[in-house]
Amino acid sequence: MSVQLSLTVNGKPVSATVDARTLLVDFLRNELALTGTHVGCDTGQCGACTVSLDGRAVKACNLLAAQANGAKVVTIEGLAAADGTLHPMQAAFKECHGLQCGFCTPGMVLSAIDLVARHPQPDEKTIRAELEGNLCRCTGYQNIVKAVAHGAAAMAK
Amino acid sequence: MYSFELKRADSVASAAALLGETGGKPLAGGQSLVAAMKLRLAQPGTLVDLSGIAELRGIRKEGDHVVIGAMTRHAEVAASKDVRAAIPALAALAEGIGDRQIRNMGTIGGALANNDPAADYPAAVLGLGASVNTNKRKIAADDFFRGMYETALADGEIITSVSFPVPKKAAYAKFAQPASRFALVGVFVAQTGGGVRVAVTGAASAVFRCKPLEEALAKNFTADAATMVKVSPDGLNRDLHGSPEYRAHLVSVMAARAVVAAG
Repeated sequence: MSVQLSLTVNGKPVSATVDARTLLVDFLRNELALTGTHVGCDTGQCGACTVSLDGRAVKACNLLAAQANGAKVVTIEGLAAADGTLHPMQAAFKECHGLQCGFCTPGMVLSAIDLVARHPQPDEKTIRAELEGNLCRCTGYQNIVKAVAHGAAAMAK
Repeated sequence: MYSFELKRADSVASAAALLGETGGKPLAGGQSLVAAMKLRLAQPGTLVDLSGIAELRGIRKEGDHVVIGAMTRHAEVAASKDVRAAIPALAALAEGIGDRQIRNMGTIGGALANNDPAADYPAAVLGLGASVNTNKRKIAADDFFRGMYETALADGEIITSVSFPVPKKAAYAKFAQPASRFALVGVFVAQTGGGVRVAVTGAASAVFRCKPLEEALAKNFTADAATMVKVSPDGLNRDLHGSPEYRAHLVSVMAARAVVAAG
């Protein structure tokens, strides 16, 4: 059964007719070719599929595409400036070696930006608590936490 | 996931009509329902999306009650100034549900209608003696939770809001299962106008009130009084995470911690 969708993805209006059971992450990856949003566990636990939905970090594998109707979605592809300049949080992950294999990184970055919006100067405890919904299979958390603190400081400038 | 039809409702009345016509299920935040559908544990033929219904959202203070719209997200309850001022235990409980991304989508009405045996909100609703308001009636917490994933809601009945009486003091203490973060045992204690109430989630097939703890805390609202209560393991869950005896012990321990947190 199909359903009409109309939303904004990374600043661009998108309209589509999709099967109602299409997950948001599959819509982004398969229909829009935005493959930066990863499918890790596919059970709403690992957070690799995290995207921003109207400014809120959500798990795109645990959402129907239809639930994003009318919303503004931002994926990892939508963060850098048009000239390729990285978002301060992306730059911080690069600078602090906040990634090893990189699989969890898009979700980590999107969660970190949601976190900084609510905690502009997060301490380590806050960062660790807030990243509970994002798993790093390389267990590279030390540098991820460093990167988020660094990115938060850069975003405040 | 099996194929289904999606209908969007813009009012409670139209949602009720759509549910009546189709025999479908309401879709709130979908954080449990979509996951269950992916696993084919749930296979509704029709989903009626409630997210476009403005009247189901929002938090307001009504006299000595805090009324929370059914489609209000966990993150909104956790951040609400009204909830934090009137019932800080409820805001803290909401802040501890799942993880940030889940709290950004999941709703109080959805969580209550689902009535997961280890969900947090049922403990607050039962512990505070709240009432669940639907499009048809007002259901007291003591009558709402019926059993595992079972509530007093009739087919097609829609939760519209939850009305929480402001307690004298209250707190929730959760022993989280380390992987899922669901409550292995969660205990909500409250000193209310109607006496002390203690609601336990995670330990059995559904949330329940623990009368021995309520009686002990009514006499003496202290951590020691809670710790002294030997909770019966009869009927408590046994799984790879813990035996009924382990959970029974945790109920007293978490009740004691909640009493301390309540101040």
